[in-house]
Amino acid sequence: MFQSTELNRRNHSVQKLVSILFGVVTCLLIVPVLTIMTVLVYKGGPNISFEFLFSAPTNGMTAGGIFPALLGTILLVVVALIFSVPLGVATAVYLSEYASDTWLTRLINLAIINLAGVPSIVHALFGLGAFVIFAGFGTSILAASLTLGIMTLPVVIVATRESLQAVPPEFRMACWGMGATRWQTIRKVVLPNAMSGILTGVILEVSRTAGETAPIMFTGAAFFLPFLPQGILDQTMAMSLHLFVVSTQVPGVPETLPYSVALVLVSLVLIMNAASIILRAYVRGQKKW
Amino acid sequence: MNSDKNILVSQDLDVKDSAWYWDKFFQILMFISGVSAIFLIVSIFFFITKEGFSFFFESFSFREFFLSSAWRPTSLSNPTHGILALAIGTASVTGFAMLLAVPFSLCAAIFISEFASGRVREILKVLIELLAAIPSVVWGFIGLSIMNPLIIDLFDVPVGLGILNSGIILGLMAAPIMTTIAEDALKAVPDHYREAAEALGATKWQVTFKVVLPAAKNGLVAAILLGVGRGFGETMAVLMTSGHSINLPTSPFDSVRALTATIAAELGETAVGSEHYKALFTLGILLFLVTFAINLIADIVVKGNKRH
Repeated sequence: MFQSTELNRRNHSVQKLVSILFGVVTCLLIVPVLTIMTVLVYKGGPNISFEFLFSAPTNGMTAGGIFPALLGTILLVVVALIFSVPLGVATAVYLSEYASDTWLTRLINLAIINLAGVPSIVHALFGLGAFVIFAGFGTSILAASLTLGIMTLPVVIVATRESLQAVPPEFRMACWGMGATRWQTIRKVVLPNAMSGILTGVILEVSRTAGETAPIMFTGAAFFLPFLPQGILDQTMAMSLHLFVVSTQVPGVPETLPYSVALVLVSLVLIMNAASIILRAYVRGQKKW
Repeated sequence: MNSDKNILVSQDLDVKDSAWYWDKFFQILMFISGVSAIFLIVSIFFFITKEGFSFFFESFSFREFFLSSAWRPTSLSNPTHGILALAIGTASVTGFAMLLAVPFSLCAAIFISEFASGRVREILKVLIELLAAIPSVVWGFIGLSIMNPLIIDLFDVPVGLGILNSGIILGLMAAPIMTTIAEDALKAVPDHYREAAEALGATKWQVTFKVVLPAAKNGLVAAILLGVGRGFGETMAVLMTSGHSINLPTSPFDSVRALTATIAAELGETAVGSEHYKALFTLGILLFLVTFAINLIADIVVKGNKRH
């Protein structure tokens, strides 16, 4: 029979200790953030009402609601998606379905990593130089959305590529065997099977786009506008910039107002993320292969 | 006779009907989209260089730019563009953040990948993913309105905005991303490494420290590098929590100003094409090149790992 020695017992207790220690450290990473979220809800929650969400700021932004900022963020996100989702999905289709392992593919991958890694303020400078000045869009929703779209392109590309690669190669071979062209296979077999994975990526991109501040500061978001934007060449207010403005730039803001703005923004972003995570889990459960 | 039939069949298959042309069309379209990522990154570099380029010929002096701590671009009589204080500001904040985030996120990654199991692991992964999603401007607000009074109370200092505040916020921001990447690196270590070590009688923590960590070393280094890149490029949170005054810091409570925050705070006030405007774009070129280098090194380190 196996008899545990002194060494075995010591190893066992060390293992327990290490495991508990690492668990505690992991919790230390999460607990402060949960505490902070509780403070946000506690201080910002009571102020949020139907009226707060659907009326404009008044009294030099020290009172009133956030409607123009909320609407602006939605507009920015929608225009950014119109541009970046087709491009991102097409890039992922190329990388997953067409590209072989060449220097060009490595270069494309490196470019995607860098699009994700370049600081947001550099994207802002690019947006200013390329869209506002060079393309002549001026500071507008269009310029800001294009900047945001390029910045969050890697999110769509990475999610789409992963879900395309999760489609078993046999599906494609069966389709080719029936005499279908490459595009027919992608259109009728690969994309439908990867659709929910692509959708998780798109939702994630919505959440990223809604939270960004620096890229829109100089390309299309305004501190305060007395009217709502009439078209995509107008400026707009946005939730993220509004939070920055009411918490740093405007004197005499009641203490709870920025908390409420922060709470709405965080809720927006986290609900989107949670939706994407739930969808991903659901898809995993539904997989037939 | 027989061979004639074969020719007929192969000709039948080789029709250039509309499906064939659509196939070619979409192949080209997808290729163009794929290459567009390269086009975009090149045009980012092109446009920030285009706006900032002439600064190098007009008012750039290597000595002043890198070795002077006087950033006074708006001075009427004698504008100076020394980035030393800004670079030290960025470095001190990022360094402090990494001091916190590296041990925490490596421990969390090891716990999630090696020790936790089942439901606990799934919950932790979801929580970490949600943490990574909190926007930077919200982090900045948290630093400004929650951390600031806390630091003033705890350490009895007049102002709570500085390296400490910024470092903690940036650390909390970078940790979830580093945890996720580090966990991926640990997961990439094949299970038979662990099984072999366990068969020799090693306990779980022995397996982790003697087998898994050495095997995942490159991936972990890449995770840290990407965390550094993230901290280095963070804008809004640093702008709101660092105090934003030009300083060569001597204590963690000192206020500093970061490179990224300088651009964000000053670009709105400059006239397009002015010297100040060009100087800010030159900072952008510097930021672009440094993050590009960090990402490139991280990529090479990971690729080196895969060759094993």
